[in-house]
Amino acid sequence: MPKVTIDGKEVEVPAGSTILQAAEAAGIEIPRFCYHERLSIAGNCRMCLVEVEKAPPKPIASCGYPVADGMVVHTDSKMVRNARRGVMEFLLINHPLDCPICDQGGECDLQDQAMGYGMDHSRYEENKRAVPDKYLGPLVKTSMNRCIHCTRCIRFITEVAGVPDLGATNRGEHMEVGTYVERALGSELSANIIDLCPVGALTSKPYAFVARPWELTKVDSIDVLDAVGTNIRVDARGPEVLRVLPRINEDVNEEWLGDKSRFAIDGLKRRRLDRPWVRENGKLRAATWNEAFAAVAAKLKGLSGDRIGAIAGDLCDAESMLALKELMAGLGSPNLDCRQDGAKLDASRRDFYTFNTTIAGIEEADALLIVGSNPRREAPVLNARIRKTWLQNGMPIGVIGDEADLTYAVTQLGTSAKTLGALVDGSHDFARVLTAAKKPMIIVGQGALRRQDGAAVLAACWRLASMVGALSPEWHGFNVLHTAAARVGALDLGFVPGPNGKDVDTMLAGGVDALWLLGADGFDTARIAAGTFVIYQGHHGDVGAARADVILPGAAYTEKSGTYANTEGRVQRGFMAVYPPGEAREDWKILRAFSGIIGRTLPYDTIEQLRARLEQVNPVFGHIGYLPRFGCTDPNGPASEVKALADAPVVAAVTNYYMTDPISRSSPTMAACVEAQSQQASPALAAE
Amino acid sequence: MLQDKDRIFTNLYGLHDPFLKGARARGDWDDTKALLARGRDAIIQEMKDSGLRGRGGAGFPTGLKWSFMPKQSDRPCYLVVNADESEPGTCKDRDIIRHDPHKLIEGCLVAGFAMGACAAYIYIRGEFYNESVALQHAIDEAYEAGLIGKNACGSGYDFDVFLHRGAGAYICGEETALIESLEGKKGMPRMKPPFPAGVGLYGCPSTVNNVESIAVSPTILRRGASWFSGLGRQNNTGQKVFCISGHVNKPCNVEEELGIPLRELIDKYAGGVRGGWDNLLAVIPGGSSVPLIPKSICDEVLMDFDSLRAVRSGLGTAAVIVMDKSTDVIKAIARLSKFYMHESCGQCTPCREGTGWMWRVMTRMVEGRADPAEIDTLEQVTRQVEGHTICALGDAAAWPIQGLIRHFRPVMEERIAAYKSRGAKPLPMAAE
Repeated sequence: MPKVTIDGKEVEVPAGSTILQAAEAAGIEIPRFCYHERLSIAGNCRMCLVEVEKAPPKPIASCGYPVADGMVVHTDSKMVRNARRGVMEFLLINHPLDCPICDQGGECDLQDQAMGYGMDHSRYEENKRAVPDKYLGPLVKTSMNRCIHCTRCIRFITEVAGVPDLGATNRGEHMEVGTYVERALGSELSANIIDLCPVGALTSKPYAFVARPWELTKVDSIDVLDAVGTNIRVDARGPEVLRVLPRINEDVNEEWLGDKSRFAIDGLKRRRLDRPWVRENGKLRAATWNEAFAAVAAKLKGLSGDRIGAIAGDLCDAESMLALKELMAGLGSPNLDCRQDGAKLDASRRDFYTFNTTIAGIEEADALLIVGSNPRREAPVLNARIRKTWLQNGMPIGVIGDEADLTYAVTQLGTSAKTLGALVDGSHDFARVLTAAKKPMIIVGQGALRRQDGAAVLAACWRLASMVGALSPEWHGFNVLHTAAARVGALDLGFVPGPNGKDVDTMLAGGVDALWLLGADGFDTARIAAGTFVIYQGHHGDVGAARADVILPGAAYTEKSGTYANTEGRVQRGFMAVYPPGEAREDWKILRAFSGIIGRTLPYDTIEQLRARLEQVNPVFGHIGYLPRFGCTDPNGPASEVKALADAPVVAAVTNYYMTDPISRSSPTMAACVEAQSQQASPALAAE
Repeated sequence: MLQDKDRIFTNLYGLHDPFLKGARARGDWDDTKALLARGRDAIIQEMKDSGLRGRGGAGFPTGLKWSFMPKQSDRPCYLVVNADESEPGTCKDRDIIRHDPHKLIEGCLVAGFAMGACAAYIYIRGEFYNESVALQHAIDEAYEAGLIGKNACGSGYDFDVFLHRGAGAYICGEETALIESLEGKKGMPRMKPPFPAGVGLYGCPSTVNNVESIAVSPTILRRGASWFSGLGRQNNTGQKVFCISGHVNKPCNVEEELGIPLRELIDKYAGGVRGGWDNLLAVIPGGSSVPLIPKSICDEVLMDFDSLRAVRSGLGTAAVIVMDKSTDVIKAIARLSKFYMHESCGQCTPCREGTGWMWRVMTRMVEGRADPAEIDTLEQVTRQVEGHTICALGDAAAWPIQGLIRHFRPVMEERIAAYKSRGAKPLPMAAE
């Protein structure tokens, strides 16, 4: 490993490191605009210039210059300071002086570095350049006068997001970043360019002129709008969540965040349930908590346990699901289910329902089969990881399911589940590709599992994984990609029908007289039998609430401290950023309070006690954020017949990325995204 | 003074048949097999001994450059010939391609063999349409005659030559921008390192050479390094095609020894400066990128790399642009500034922002609509651009202005004073 001396500090860094990386290892920060550790190196901002002894007597761009043994670098010499001052002056001559009205103000790299390297006056006597603003869709606002041409956005959209939408036209000082032909960015990760932009050229459109960064309280949380468990920071002012930003977690989301998770938050302010409601004479009326609890208690009284059921929705935290499960146990009901979409998930063993390779583990894979999933729409951040791996090693990727642009090259194997059968019996060519691979991966999506033959698909995928060598003590290549943030946690808690319990279908079809929906409305509520008494506990007045007989207003994910297990089975915890609106309460507290009313008090009064119980039920909840990599020690698969595979086409679970849950369905921003994308898909013709 | 027997480009003026038959008559393709039979190392050594310095402008020793190519490579290696001749004032490569294309093609084979390349890509300036047609014809001829392609010249070495037309960007004459353009991308220079010899065209080891450097190589090998190094001066050996343009009586291309006095070059070949030597104002000795030199220096200076460097200019492409006393020298340099602003690729900050700034100040300097202190500001701006960019275009934009300020500062100050004394009105235009 080469040793380099930077500003008198000697560091040893891996061969092939750049000077900038070595400086970081030495704890020396070098200013930069264009360099970003997750993007290719452009070297065009020239801010990171340093002086290298015994090199040509001119400053060197440290971001792209490899270190050599014995190199002596100065990052703060006179030459370096002068060079950076010169670059800063050039950056500023055409940069507007509009910091007071710029949304980047307070978190702007240019602003910060101008404090260090800027002059107190301008020597530039000419007119500043004016650049027309571009339309990039409903999420990203542009102010192209401010652009310093670092090309981070272009590189992100091209390399990470994998769509060819952004580029630079013209040259010299007329160079402009844009979409060539005006269009909305066609990526689910597009808004990350807002974070990447070092200046205020790309800012958040929904957040425009809303707040200054120093006014916000910042709370760490976990995103629940898909099952990736993206680490987020919720920025709030008073009772309002104003924005969501990604936090860095190398194992999960690196530093990316899907557009829905970032921008659906305006749905948290709309169609909220902020007080209890009770249905009387066929109409819902506003009620007090006592009235609502009394109505539920009255209904449940005298009902035998097996006539009561509970369904957990997609956004629930583990705490509230445990409380609901134990409440049901207290009522003597084995009728529990969290698979509201009817997915035939097998909860008997954890690796039957988790993404066992882990998200970071994708990077080791060298072949991939995707069954009934569109990861781009179901988990865009995870999809970026697949693309990253594909870019690095060009792994073959096969898809069983509908054709879609996943941002990497795939082999379309067919749409029928029978194709899976052909792979299992080895008659399909792609089986050989998987077998030849050292670390093959199979991802099975909810689209394939929620079919009638879902159990057979699951078993077939497992058998295939076992056949091609994806199940070994060192490598676990069997993966279930979930779309619901609550699902894995619920399965970990055993939120599935107990002995002689009824599943979702039976419960909906009149199998129970009272049905407790914990944020569950991901199914057609018309399927609920007419006589069933429905208790809807949730935060949005969506379809579930419309069908309810009693509504108990709960808290959304930003309004409660909650524990979630993502699709990998990684348990993570988010914290409360704002209070629930009106009379709404944290969900576990609602359940705990109700248990007291019916005299079956749950044995926890604080969230800490509840979490201790959580850990007791399943020890995985004791390891927050930590997920050990494990291989497969028991190759025995789920107990079901592979033969039952049906011919019907496999369709991915998510068809509309922007609207998947009550929050995003209430979001005007998401509605604008849907409109922009659909207009682009079928533009209006002149004659219309 | 180059003697006729020592000329390499014997058909520089197109008086004879440029194609295979004529070329063979002039000695091209004469037992090229034997040249190749000497082996890679011997060829490179001979080139090193000859002292040939790259003819594209920077003057890097050609043999040394070839020796950077890996001896063993699991990837293909490429020779890239830079025929994107766009430097204002320069038109030597065009005449070589027009009138002696086989020298270039044979050079490709010899150079490509010496560096273990499997193919040569000739990137020709888009505006050179007729030249590209002629060169393609010559390449076809060479393929047909078995001189290149499979078993080139019967040597057992397979070598292809491809011609690629550019789309008219000056920056694509920069070697890494040329590679980018050749790969089908936007012509923007790459960061170095890695150098093309390590990671070049399509990520493979590549060497980019100027047309003239390649075209002289077979003759050097035939006649020997000592013959070539006997021409010119120490460390500036050999001959060179000079392009003389501007205020001379007979603008021309001429092949001469390096180190010929500038005055002799102009007087002897270009019919002298318009209105006589004393009417000379300044000369840009090496294409628009290098600083100009005033008459006082032109009187004595020798035309080679080191002599011109000593007077803080450069040989560049040896395109001599002569300006007599009728020239508005500030306007002339302002025009060059506009050129560099227009041709800046816009990738890196100092060049993108600096070239526009320099041009805007220069246009005001032409009128005199400026403050004398701005001359210093302008000088500082050129220093802030020079050496801070990815490629040399930033330097090329800065140097002409530096040369102007160095040698003609009083003229600029006079202009400003005159503007002030007129009551700060713009200069009257002819049509007004």
